[in-house]
Amino acid sequence: MAELTYRQAVAAAIAQEMERDPSVVFIGEDVAAAGGVFKTTEGLLARFGPERVRDTPISEQAIVGAVMGAAMTGLRPIGELMFSDFFAVAWDMIANQIAKTRYMTDGQVSLPLVLRTANGGGLRFGAQHSQSVENWAMAIPGLKVVAPSTPADVLGLLAAAIRDPDPVIFCEHKGLFATKGEVPDGEHVEPLGTARIVREGTDVTVIALAAMVPRALEAAERLQAEDGLSAEVIDLRCLVPLDTAAILASVKKTSRVFTVEENPRLCGWGAEVASIVADDGFYSLDAPIVRITTPHVPLASAAVLEDLAMPSVERISDTIRRRLDEAR
Amino acid sequence: MTTTRDRTSPQVPDVPLDARLAMYRTMVECRTFEERAQQLFFEGLVRGTTHLGNGQEAVAAGFAGAMRSDDYTFCTYRGHNHTLARGVPMAPILAELFGRGTGLMGGKGGSMHLTSVAHGAMGSYAIVGAHLPIAVGAAWSAQYRKSGQVAVCFFGDGTTNIGSFHEALNLAAVWKAPVVFVCENNHYMEYTAIGDVTAVARPAADRASAYGLEPIVVDGNDVRAVYEVARRAIDRARDGDGPSLVEAITYRHGGHSRADPGKYRPDAEVQAWLARDPIPAERARLLADGVAEATLAGIDAAAGAAVAAAEAIAREAPEPDPASLTTQVWADGGSSWRN
Repeated sequence: MAELTYRQAVAAAIAQEMERDPSVVFIGEDVAAAGGVFKTTEGLLARFGPERVRDTPISEQAIVGAVMGAAMTGLRPIGELMFSDFFAVAWDMIANQIAKTRYMTDGQVSLPLVLRTANGGGLRFGAQHSQSVENWAMAIPGLKVVAPSTPADVLGLLAAAIRDPDPVIFCEHKGLFATKGEVPDGEHVEPLGTARIVREGTDVTVIALAAMVPRALEAAERLQAEDGLSAEVIDLRCLVPLDTAAILASVKKTSRVFTVEENPRLCGWGAEVASIVADDGFYSLDAPIVRITTPHVPLASAAVLEDLAMPSVERISDTIRRRLDEAR
Repeated sequence: MTTTRDRTSPQVPDVPLDARLAMYRTMVECRTFEERAQQLFFEGLVRGTTHLGNGQEAVAAGFAGAMRSDDYTFCTYRGHNHTLARGVPMAPILAELFGRGTGLMGGKGGSMHLTSVAHGAMGSYAIVGAHLPIAVGAAWSAQYRKSGQVAVCFFGDGTTNIGSFHEALNLAAVWKAPVVFVCENNHYMEYTAIGDVTAVARPAADRASAYGLEPIVVDGNDVRAVYEVARRAIDRARDGDGPSLVEAITYRHGGHSRADPGKYRPDAEVQAWLARDPIPAERARLLADGVAEATLAGIDAAAGAAVAAAEAIAREAPEPDPASLTTQVWADGGSSWRN
């Protein structure tokens, strides 16, 4: 086992797949010579050359459109959008073109492409460089959505996304880039659409994604230490496909569900999870499903305001404790 | 109107007669198909909307005539001509317009999204400008794969004022992508004259210098002139010398879409352009060049028969299988998003 940072795992995954498949190519702003503004793609240009690793102008529609055109003609392209907020600049390409073309052509066109992006808040970048946009993509049929929380999952899930025959939106959390973790030796590929139970527990199920996973885990440890409460923590890892079987199995065991979502309140992925649990797991529940989210506001840049907005370890553990007390 | 890029070749190229007859046949088939499609719309068989290409056939025929069979066509929602010109059969196109299960895309796309990958017809795109960057991507792919393929991307004059036009032109020029951008300047975006809302007189050609490209303007109603320009631009792309931007001056005989009678256009202007119809013009030239009237009459009659045969098939075509509603969202053929 080697230790990699979350950011190093990005380049490791792209390199792993470029080594095995010459149809994998990669474009984006500042990704080649500069190695990415978050240094996630360092070394790829030197290793694979400018035919496969290319800098683009600041032209998000061109990046995403070119990736689509390359994917429909035999390549497996990866495009980087520097910040996920910039999806809005290229949303026609993503929502109208990429997501719908296979369906509209009745399967004539395949789009094996990946759009990678730095997603999420916590870095004081303000409202236009901090959003969690995974829900935007989740709402459009035809897009797979992945958001890993560990270096090993960045490696394994990005490799799977590159191999996947469908378009994948790959959300890298910019607050996790510096985190370290063990990754398996040799080729590593994790299947898309599988959640992971990152902490086993019996009293409550806490469902989290990306940067909310380590916070949920820390909250679970506190609840164990301070309240003797056994929390099971699920890292969803993918929103589409969604591993509802893992969620429902956990609910059956614990009978209580909390979601921890970085996104603003309305239409977050947790609302869909809550709906599924209400539909398919209602008789397992002992108490209402509780969503812990950012309030329905843009993220502010001031540290005190941004920290107040995003679910913190304290807010997660306090909310779980309070709602359990209410139920007693 | 002549090509301004021309430096060495004669203005009227020596196009082989069989190629000229093939392009004439393409134009006649497009016109016959579109006229019948319009009637079938009024009959209620064609649903939704249609954007007919009547009057603009020379652009489609001239370019398709100059393309290799494995080259890529990207076009807009006004895409019937371009799809037919690549050899896509009429019956599945008409069945698609009828919303039938045997339509070109199983009834899932409709008039604005005609696609036949097997024919190099890589899609009709209904959001203005979207397909320009996509065509650059296909060209980049051909360049990377060293396949020698060229992408030809058709769009209207209105597209020249949207951002993706400029993003695509710049990226294609920087990458020397083998793509030919073809602006079909039919003088009106939808209902508004392009000149009323554009800072320059020639909406595409006057922007070419911004991307280091030569301004190329061609009479889009002269199929031989279009063919010549197409051949040079496609050769240039295939030779690795990068993209071209062609502005073909033409006119749509009808309104923007089926709901538009086109009343905003002065009668004299419409009449002047109808008199410059590309099909009778080429027909007269072929006759003057010695082609027998019977040969051309045979082509005209065959086009009518082909459309009638396609209509008979499309009228009998089954409605889509309800089960197809949830197919082909994903490459596994299905639409499942959860386990």
